[in-house]
Amino acid sequence: MMLHSILFYVFAGIMFGAALGVILSRNPVHSVMFLVFTFFNAAILWLLAEAEFLAIVLVLVYVGAVMVLFLFVVMMLDVNVEAAKRGLTRYAPLGIGLALIMAIELINVIWLRDQGEGAALDFVDLPEGYSNTKALGSVLYTEHFYAFEIAAVILLLAIIAAITLTMRKRPGLKVQNISKQVAVRAKDRVRLVKMDAEKKQ
Amino acid sequence: MIGLQHYLTVAAMLFVLSIVGIIINRKNLILLLMCIELMLLAVNTNFIAFSRFLGDETGQVFVFFILTVAAAEAAIGLAILVVLFRNRRSIAVQELNTLKG
Amino acid sequence: MYEYYLTIVLAPLAAAIIAGLAGKQIGRAGAHWVTIIGVGISCALSFLVLKNMFWGGATPENISVYTWAATDGLHMEVGFLVDRLTALMMCVVTFVSLMVHIYTIGYMHDDPGYQRFFSYISLFTFSMLMLVMSNNFLQLFFGWEAVGLVSYLLIGFWYKRETAIFANLKAFLVNRVGDFGFILGIAGIVTVTGSLDYATVFGQADSVAAQQIEVFAGNPWNAMTVICILLFIGAMGKSAQAPLHVWLPDSMEGPTPISALIHAATMVTAGIFMVARMSPLFELSTTALGFVIIIGSVTAFFMGLLGIVQNDIKRVVAYSTLSQLGYMTVALGASAYGAAIFHLMTHAFFKALLFLAAGSVIIAMHHEQDIRKMGGIRKYMPITYWTALVGSLALIGFPGSSGFFSKDLLIEAVKESHWHQGVTAGDQLTYWIAYLSVLLGVFVTALYSFRMFFLVFHGKERMDAETKSHLHETPAVVTVPLILLAIPSAMIGWFTAGPVLFDGFFGDAIVVQSGHDVLAHLKETFWHGPAALVAHIYVAPAFYLAALGVLTAWFLYLKRPDIPETIKGKVTGLYNLLDRKYYFDDLYIKGFAAGGRNFGKFLWQKGDELIIDGILVNGTANAVGRLAGVMRQIQTGYLYTYAFAMIIGLTMLLGWLIWLR
Repeated sequence: MMLHSILFYVFAGIMFGAALGVILSRNPVHSVMFLVFTFFNAAILWLLAEAEFLAIVLVLVYVGAVMVLFLFVVMMLDVNVEAAKRGLTRYAPLGIGLALIMAIELINVIWLRDQGEGAALDFVDLPEGYSNTKALGSVLYTEHFYAFEIAAVILLLAIIAAITLTMRKRPGLKVQNISKQVAVRAKDRVRLVKMDAEKKQ
Repeated sequence: MIGLQHYLTVAAMLFVLSIVGIIINRKNLILLLMCIELMLLAVNTNFIAFSRFLGDETGQVFVFFILTVAAAEAAIGLAILVVLFRNRRSIAVQELNTLKG
Repeated sequence: MYEYYLTIVLAPLAAAIIAGLAGKQIGRAGAHWVTIIGVGISCALSFLVLKNMFWGGATPENISVYTWAATDGLHMEVGFLVDRLTALMMCVVTFVSLMVHIYTIGYMHDDPGYQRFFSYISLFTFSMLMLVMSNNFLQLFFGWEAVGLVSYLLIGFWYKRETAIFANLKAFLVNRVGDFGFILGIAGIVTVTGSLDYATVFGQADSVAAQQIEVFAGNPWNAMTVICILLFIGAMGKSAQAPLHVWLPDSMEGPTPISALIHAATMVTAGIFMVARMSPLFELSTTALGFVIIIGSVTAFFMGLLGIVQNDIKRVVAYSTLSQLGYMTVALGASAYGAAIFHLMTHAFFKALLFLAAGSVIIAMHHEQDIRKMGGIRKYMPITYWTALVGSLALIGFPGSSGFFSKDLLIEAVKESHWHQGVTAGDQLTYWIAYLSVLLGVFVTALYSFRMFFLVFHGKERMDAETKSHLHETPAVVTVPLILLAIPSAMIGWFTAGPVLFDGFFGDAIVVQSGHDVLAHLKETFWHGPAALVAHIYVAPAFYLAALGVLTAWFLYLKRPDIPETIKGKVTGLYNLLDRKYYFDDLYIKGFAAGGRNFGKFLWQKGDELIIDGILVNGTANAVGRLAGVMRQIQTGYLYTYAFAMIIGLTMLLGWLIWLR
């Protein structure tokens, strides 16, 4: 248990630092790399909470696909880093003020609300032989099956939308127009001209 | 002993950090998107913690769907960003005020 | 008899439809033949019905033809109630209508709207028959409005004349005022009795008279009085009683046959007929009868005075019509319903005759209507002259003529009426107003009738040479109706006065309370047959007054034509009062009409344009626009502004949830 606590604090600290790196680094590429690092640490925290399946999914799908997408875009676009970072500190007081209020509110909710009631907020131990993946699958494919299907459709939609948005129509591209081809008639193409035969000279 | 409150605290810190990020990086669209990803991560962590605390997998199902939607959102958001950049040669937020009333 | 009644009603309607819709196809001759045949059938069958009633001993019939609509407890039906009152009215209507149809062939000879005209007058005949033959209030109202509509169409027949359009609109609007009262009366009847049927309503009359109605909260009035006065307001509009008389003189803008048929002989008597038909109701409200008799007296005397100063030949006759309608109304108020109906009948004949004679003169004068430009026409138009003389004599009540019997007996009935027996001062006052009005009215009638007669037919020939050279007697289609109408005008009183007035001709159709039954009283004390009445003219003041009137007219307009001008100069105030028709037109046009228009303008400009359009519609839009103008300053269009707003909102929401809730 001690080890568990130590691991939690260590990775939580690293994650906090990585998140700071995301928002403070001057180069967007660094930001993305810090974000990836943050996700890794979050995945470890999830593992510690025994949500193994989602932890793996987070690393595989999110870090593996989405973050790479971010990286692509950041590198593809020629972003003027210096211009984008100008005036970074101008709104910092406002941001920090808002963040403080939010932090106070959250601390209030998390730490002060239920004090004195002695409610057990610790995680209870899971039974022997518990499989997170199996348990998740059993609810996902039964109770939440329609939502699951819809999620699939949303992903499809996202693919189509992304492709449609970024697809470029180049001028002078040669394409078939099937309906025009079908509708064409012989007289549109062939013109019979009647003319006298040439006399032999 | 690590419990619900620890996880919630971590998530809250992540959330507050992402808010700060949104405010100080307000001119960089990509960073804004990244901060939103961070926020979603904080929310997901909350869900996981509560799911573990209550012994109910439904919370994790939620995380699953949030990840799906977030992926879709990121894809479309980035696509829009690309189109925007292609059309205006810039993604500077201060130039994007077509919505001005 | 059922088929007869349907035929009587539908024949003119069919003719009207044919002439109106297929007028081009059947041509001018076709149009007048089809309508004359239609009305002729009606006329012949009406006389057959009357004959059966009179000599055949037929009993009154109450037939329901068709249920138009039935709602909870209220049956709307089309039905016929044919008793002697109805039969008499049917004969008068169809006979005069037939005469007018024939006459029209001559009068409208060159008019481009020939077929349309015939269609209209046939339609009028249908409407009037529906009105008189009805056995329920709804059909009565249908006929009532239908004759009003046809009257409107015909006054404005020459729709390109501005005056005609003004006159028909005026007639329509004034009639609306009356009809509003009428339909309120019908509504009152339905409310109190729950039925539209005559028989049912009359059966409940006694219980209605015992009820109270609160028209204005806290003022319970006798239900019967309220209903009867409302119904009579309708009659005032249709029968042109003061103060709703203003439309009738103006209606002379219509073609002369119409003035004869609608605005003298038949339609305007609808109100008289209606009150007589409602006698079981009116008898139960002395207050209503008092209202009727006072209105009638005022109309009879004062409208007659106006006839003296008019110079348009048709308007003189029109004012005389007003006055005679006043006489009938007085008779109604005196509970002498029989006398009213009898006068209605004789009046229909002689007034139609007078109008047609006037029309004949107008044709000959090439549509010149000013009597100051006529004179001495007697020798050019002998038939018109003699028939007009018969009409005028009947109008003033020359002994032996139809008008003599009806008017003399009417005056006698008023003299002996229950108002005379009344004990209260109000009763006595009513009695003297009514009696003096009808008595002095005789003098006035004689004066204006013979003023017109002398100015038109005697004296100097004041028309221009051009007109004079063309002056000749009108064709047979004009003169034959004149002669046919002159016969009953002269003689009908001899045969009908006794039976109609005194021998209980109307039977159950007219109900008179025992204390009111002046005609029964007269039968015992006064009536000894027509010959005796003629022989005893010298005892009645009416005869002397009429003779005096004729003599005055002769003296003023034939003997010393310079005197009227002198008088006019002496009493300018009185002359102006009469010339401006007691300022009724000014009151209505400048007062009500202009006031209504100003009020409408006020509502339009202040209410509609300022408040609704300006403040409510455009004001709302402007307010939203201005507010949006302020609000849009918030919309910078920058992404981070919206992000800030969301974050601040989120923070505040969370704060509210934690600390304030």
